[in-house]
Amino acid sequence: MLRITDLFARVEEKDILKGLNLTVKPGEVHAIMGPNGAGKSTLGNVLSGRDGYEVTGGSVEFNGKDLFELEIEERAREGLFLAFQYPVEIPGVSNMEFLKASVDAKRKHHGQPELSAVEFMKLARETSKRVNLEQAFLKRGVNEGFSGGEKKRNEIMQMMLLEPSLCILDETDSGLDIDALQVVANGVNAMRSPERSFIVVTHYQRLLDYIVPDYVHVLANGRIVKTGGKELALELEKKGYAWLETEAV
Amino acid sequence: MSEQVEHLIKKEYAAGFHTTIDSETLPPGLNEDVIRFISAKKNEPEWLLEWRLKAYQSWLEMTEPEWAHVKYEDIDFQAVSYYSAPKSMDEKPKSLDEVDPELLRTYEKLGIPLHEQAALAGVAMDVVFDSVSVVTTFREKLFEVGVIFCSISEAVHKYPELVKKYIGSVVPQKDNYYAALNSAVFSDGSFVYIPKGVRCPMELSTYFRINEQNTGQFERTLIIADEGSHVSYLEGCTAPMRDENQLHAAVVELIALDNAEIKYSTVQNWYPGNEEGKGGIYNFVTKRGVCHTNAKISWTQVETGSAVTWKYPSCILRGDNSVGEFYSVALTNNYQQADTGTKMIHIGKNTRSTIISKGISAGKSSNAYRGLVRINPGAEGARNYTQCDSLLIGDKCGAHTFPYIESKNPSAVIEHEATTSKVSEDQMFLCQQRGLDAEKAVSMIVNGFCREVFKELPMEFAVEAGKLLEVSLEGSVG
Repeated sequence: MLRITDLFARVEEKDILKGLNLTVKPGEVHAIMGPNGAGKSTLGNVLSGRDGYEVTGGSVEFNGKDLFELEIEERAREGLFLAFQYPVEIPGVSNMEFLKASVDAKRKHHGQPELSAVEFMKLARETSKRVNLEQAFLKRGVNEGFSGGEKKRNEIMQMMLLEPSLCILDETDSGLDIDALQVVANGVNAMRSPERSFIVVTHYQRLLDYIVPDYVHVLANGRIVKTGGKELALELEKKGYAWLETEAV
Repeated sequence: MSEQVEHLIKKEYAAGFHTTIDSETLPPGLNEDVIRFISAKKNEPEWLLEWRLKAYQSWLEMTEPEWAHVKYEDIDFQAVSYYSAPKSMDEKPKSLDEVDPELLRTYEKLGIPLHEQAALAGVAMDVVFDSVSVVTTFREKLFEVGVIFCSISEAVHKYPELVKKYIGSVVPQKDNYYAALNSAVFSDGSFVYIPKGVRCPMELSTYFRINEQNTGQFERTLIIADEGSHVSYLEGCTAPMRDENQLHAAVVELIALDNAEIKYSTVQNWYPGNEEGKGGIYNFVTKRGVCHTNAKISWTQVETGSAVTWKYPSCILRGDNSVGEFYSVALTNNYQQADTGTKMIHIGKNTRSTIISKGISAGKSSNAYRGLVRINPGAEGARNYTQCDSLLIGDKCGAHTFPYIESKNPSAVIEHEATTSKVSEDQMFLCQQRGLDAEKAVSMIVNGFCREVFKELPMEFAVEAGKLLEVSLEGSVG
């Protein structure tokens, strides 16, 4: 699914990732934890190809392809999905129009016909129910005037519609109350399958009570410094990151 | 991102071809003889020739306005030809079958089939090529309900009392420099009269095309909606790509009598010049309407073309309870410049106006909104709402807002909101991360920004406007 080998990346002349290695197999859920500034968000941005993130070394293989050979939108159509920490608003563009364009772009890429408006409407309505978003949200501008929780549920809805093979959740839990957190987690759990993998980036252990990972990695100083099972998250919750950070230098 | 956006805005101008047709074109230059020639060519009555000459005299004494936020080289008004018409139009064809096939092909290429069976259902069209009206479709059908839709040259002969009464009644000859010039040399344009209580059964539309080189187009449109009537009118415009600038100075006058409603939409796509800012149309247009009691005038414009645009469709809210609206999308790219907006003059009691302006600047262009809201002392209970939003694409363009508010009645309520935003990297990234390519992303974001205005356009043109925006933006991202 995903093989990251010795990845180096910088943002604004500053080295952030410094030799990161990670392999994710189909169906696995990997949690990435770590202190602020460790490079957690950078990883998601580098993998999805965001401007301003410069790869200075290493390689990433995604579903048998060299990820860095692909444009941002090609990576997305190939099945890489990034759920944003702070989803941005696009005023005046209806959620429905946006979602249909995204789904159609992906279908076209895979040689499938575009969905008719009626087919898509039906699909979108069903999906919005699964994330507890009222249908009125489909007609509103993308994230326009949405609350924090609504934005995150909208992200999960997009994920469900696009059926990616690799989902990267970038601190999706930030700013969520417990109810919203549960909706998001339920959405993710419902999507877990033997073919689909997840990278869950989070600062807190709390989210991992709901989305139980197969592996927990600690990212510090641009590298993965420790890997363990779900119990590692609990240990981190108790001891903090300081003991690992010193190790990583 | 700015690099990306820049690449997206670059795109060929699809209407930029030239039609080779045998034309009678006056040599460049302007003097009384030219005006007499135009008037004689149209076999005009003496009063109209006098009217033109009076305008010309005024024009000679006036100077070009310089207050607009635009820069261009001085126009040599003696280098412009003021009349050009296809020779085949010497005797105006009585039906479409008599129209030069080369002309018909031109419009087909522009996506405007003129044969009524092929034409857009429910849209009657007047077609102006350089200085003359070529054909007006669906005339008989409209005439059945008493609607008059013809070229203004024809109206001068057939409905002289209406023309004489209303021409210059909203935009006087001396109104401004370009209006005076137009009054002196106007060659053709559309004329509409909707009788009392009639709801015009079709959309009326005029399509303007400048074809000849070094020619100016000076059309004049006059729309009269009699008491209690209703009409929706749309104009479109294109021109070939040329390295020289060409002049377009039109005048549009709307008269909405008591309880009447006029909806006037424009999709302006004159040649904007090339990527280096060479060529393009100078679009200096005066558009104004007067609303009598309970009447309503609504201007909707989508301005994507022209090298320089200077245009302020306005409403004089003379009658009590009358309503004026202005919805505008102005997009500038490369070296285009636009200074556009509106004037809402509140005279009657309880008059209301709404202004929604969306300016989009890309490339190295400059885009200014200029608007005046004036509440006269007698306009008890007048209300205005203004919203001006600017969207910047890239970092080499400019957006400016010049709102003027003059309220002389303490009971007036005036609201003004203005925003400036950029197509953000975050928005682009979200779209692309969801699988959309950069071009689709920009056009979607810009279309969303314009939504409030597009929904005011007649259905079939709203789609066109969206597409036009997409084309005009191509090359703005890369």
